[in-house]
Amino acid sequence: MDRHEYEHRIINRIVENHGRDTRQLLSILREVQREFRHVSPEAQQKVAQSLGVCITQVSAVVGFYSFLSTVPLGKFDIRISDSITDHMLGSREVAAGLCRKLGIQPGESRQDGRVSLSFTSCTGLCDQGPAGLINGYAIPRLTEDRTDEIARLINDDIPLGEWPEEFFAIKENIRLADRLLGNPVRPGEALERTVALDRETMFGEIETSQLRGRGGAGFNTAWKWRFCYEGPETAAVCPPGQPAAGIERYVVCNADEGEPGTFKDRVLLQSCADQVFEGMTVCAYLVGAKQGFLYLRGEYLYLHDQLEAVLATRRRRGLLGKTILGSEGFDFDIEIRLGAGAYICGEESALIESLEGNRGVPRNRPPYPVTHGYLGKPTVVNNVETFFAAAAIAVHGGEWFAEVGTEKSKGTKLLSICGDCARPGIYEYPFGVTIRQVLEDCGAADVLGVQIGGPSGTFLSDKECDRKLAYEDLATGGSFIVFDRTRDVIGIARNFTHFFAHESCGFCTPCRVGTALLKNLLDKIAEGHGATGDLAELSRLGRFVRSASHCGLGQTAANPILSTLERYPEIYQARLKTIDFEPGFDLDGALATARRLSGRDDADAHLSQS
Amino acid sequence: MTRPTFQIDGKPVTFTEGQTIMEAATAAGVYIPHLCHNPEFEPHGSCKLCTVKVNGRNCSACTFPAADGQEVLNDTAELNELRRTITQMLFVEGNHLCPSCEKSGNCQLQAAAYFLGMTDAHFPFFYPRRELDASHPDILLDRDRCIFCALCVRASRDVDGKNVFAIGGRGIDSRLIVNSPSGRLADTPIAATDKATRVCPVGAILIKRHGFEVPIGERVYDRHTIAEESLEREEPIVEARHG
Amino acid sequence: MAEKLTIATTSLAGCFGCHMSFLDIDERILALAEVARFDRSPLTDIKHCRDRVDLGLVEGGVCNAENVHTLREFRRHCRILVAVGACAINGGLPTLRNPIALEECLQEAYRDGIGVENPQIPDDVELPLLLDKVHPIHEVVRVDYSLPGCPPSADVIWAFLSDLAAGGEPSLPRELIHYD
Repeated sequence: MDRHEYEHRIINRIVENHGRDTRQLLSILREVQREFRHVSPEAQQKVAQSLGVCITQVSAVVGFYSFLSTVPLGKFDIRISDSITDHMLGSREVAAGLCRKLGIQPGESRQDGRVSLSFTSCTGLCDQGPAGLINGYAIPRLTEDRTDEIARLINDDIPLGEWPEEFFAIKENIRLADRLLGNPVRPGEALERTVALDRETMFGEIETSQLRGRGGAGFNTAWKWRFCYEGPETAAVCPPGQPAAGIERYVVCNADEGEPGTFKDRVLLQSCADQVFEGMTVCAYLVGAKQGFLYLRGEYLYLHDQLEAVLATRRRRGLLGKTILGSEGFDFDIEIRLGAGAYICGEESALIESLEGNRGVPRNRPPYPVTHGYLGKPTVVNNVETFFAAAAIAVHGGEWFAEVGTEKSKGTKLLSICGDCARPGIYEYPFGVTIRQVLEDCGAADVLGVQIGGPSGTFLSDKECDRKLAYEDLATGGSFIVFDRTRDVIGIARNFTHFFAHESCGFCTPCRVGTALLKNLLDKIAEGHGATGDLAELSRLGRFVRSASHCGLGQTAANPILSTLERYPEIYQARLKTIDFEPGFDLDGALATARRLSGRDDADAHLSQS
Repeated sequence: MTRPTFQIDGKPVTFTEGQTIMEAATAAGVYIPHLCHNPEFEPHGSCKLCTVKVNGRNCSACTFPAADGQEVLNDTAELNELRRTITQMLFVEGNHLCPSCEKSGNCQLQAAAYFLGMTDAHFPFFYPRRELDASHPDILLDRDRCIFCALCVRASRDVDGKNVFAIGGRGIDSRLIVNSPSGRLADTPIAATDKATRVCPVGAILIKRHGFEVPIGERVYDRHTIAEESLEREEPIVEARHG
Repeated sequence: MAEKLTIATTSLAGCFGCHMSFLDIDERILALAEVARFDRSPLTDIKHCRDRVDLGLVEGGVCNAENVHTLREFRRHCRILVAVGACAINGGLPTLRNPIALEECLQEAYRDGIGVENPQIPDDVELPLLLDKVHPIHEVVRVDYSLPGCPPSADVIWAFLSDLAAGGEPSLPRELIHYD
């Protein structure tokens, strides 16, 4: 059998295993890549044929997701996290060392096809970096010794399955538990109570809790579920409060935890997956959904099998599937879908596009996913932590949850704390906690500032430690990165700005072009080529991208620049030259080719930068 | 019964339930600058040129539903500056060299930039190098001029029924891609008479052997502003749809 | 009588079309001469700006080292610097070489191209070296105004100079903005 025939058979089998379902295109492509180490143009064509869709539909998806490659990757494919926290722990040096030991350059595969190495956005292992992925599997604590071992294993061609298990051991690092982490829900506990009560009573508990979405935006969870239950306005033919008959509904758990510096969803899924699924099932009961999805970011591939095992156990125990807990008509199941390296898929409508087998491009709103979501049907999309909290509320009641927190921010919040502190990890606090308290607890000293809510959030200076984590003051999805005084503010902003330019989906002009321009201009300033006019331009451009962009990514992409520019104008000023203009490209470098070809090196063959 | 009404720059505009702000404005003879929108197709909302302020918030007029009592700002200095910045970004992102482009004078990007008073591109140029496709006997695809409006994508899918185009890639590396095993236009069923070849607002998709047919001074936007031309062409389409 | 406005002009990587267009202001040049005096310009054959100049008009983009020096001298001497025409504003037609590597361009022109005799890449120190890309002038110096067009019409140039001579902030009416 020749190679083409073999490829064709394998691809056919993969497509077949996914029921020839176009919506599972991303999963199909992930498997094709696992099989052949890339998705070649021929493979794309075969997938398209097998599915009966256009080649463009397949190649558009391949070109969108960072983890899919059209050229062969190494048998061992290493991706080193480019998160600022990994940088601070020496990831770039680690990568350089690994490259040296393996005899490759970043971004390329070794001649013999054995190994490739590249960089990737935050892998969510900020509390145990420098971290990365090997063949998609998370690998923390990449010390010099560890990378010596890894290089040896690769050079000796030892299969990944035979590598020491401790290389892949991911710590939980739960440092502080409050009422949620301290009161785990027994599998089935929340559901038993839910089916025992009537629907309105349980809705009432969620309402009383005043739970707000834990992804960062903070939309009232009970309202969202209610809107989904009552169906799209256009189909609201039923009496108020009754679901629009015959409309399918979906529950989606957003585990595309891509915000650099956050990893609490990973820990919840690693340690408390049952409770998260329980929360989803409670939601499904209330809104009348039969199908749920867990959209798991590709970086958390290592969790996939254990999550499937949890789902299998729940099915066995009657907590998923048909007639859950014997309750007639209560049918619900959950499917896990893996992402493939696209931060934008954390935006709920982009996530839905991805679930449908498309590029993760955010939709126009309105209509909102809650009325027109997956396949155009009412869909609840909530964060992992939201479902986790909902399950506890179903057990302990809304009042129990709302006992702590502040007026507009009830309950507790999980923080992923990392960066310059003695005890990075997961901390649970009632809303309203001060930055000072958190810094003290995690053992931060000599603090320069804190990035709250990740790059899309705010950079706080050490003078703002009395501010509070709550929707009234500082809203956060949970990322909390500490920087001490050895860190460079512009370097931090630059890392985040590169991240957004890399993750922009490219749909709208302001974000597609604006994030690239911001990146180039900040690079120019950071490298000492900024002139006096450049700061005003940086600020103007940042404000433009914020106000003109299509979705939350673009609207927050300039936050690292704008929030540091506001707090540390003097640091930016000091980086500037005292001239009013300097070119943004290397003038003398632009003559290098001509110099080489003409063999000249006289004074006139050079240019000063200004 | 009085029809629902909202205000654009203080002027009352009536609308039909289900209309977007753009449709209602067009029907009322109010021009809102746009590039990726064409009332013959499903709204897309990517170029953001039609950004208006609805009750104080920036929204895309082409996708945002009109609602009774809305206060919409359109022709303001602030919004026109935002739109000018967008045209500048589109100019630097691609290679838009008007003097050597066959579309010059009939190009909506150029005409919108005229309308918005753009005299320079302000930003550093990217000078991309994207693949040119001259394989088709009658049609030229110059990707360096593509602004990702997806009008050809929509026209080919919804009118021609051929699905010749799609947008691939991500971010600043987005590309217009072609539906054939070779990725070339020559290997698709596209024909010069297809709608998809007629809707490109810029010079990315051109019909061969028709360049510079109309002398300077007589081209579309030599004679009319994009506001006049756009309202004249689009008003009947919106009227026909919503009566 | 008030001090005359001093004007300098130059052409970098351009075709002199913008200068020709300037001369198309025809008899209006007499009125201009009443209020303005020319310093460095291909029209006066003065090679370097003699002192501070009020207004510098630059045609053409930046394609080589000499263009950079000329442009910098202009910026130093001119109170107001104006990018005149498509090439100064966005690099214009010369940027058609930008998507092609400079090495390929030079080899095609001086070594491997059809009809090349005595193939060698010029290395005379008198010749300015080429930049790897052609750039608009705003990427090399600060620019105050831009007059679009290929070339900008005499009316555009006249409207701009009239506004400036009258002491006002120049602004082009919509109907005068053209890029070709």
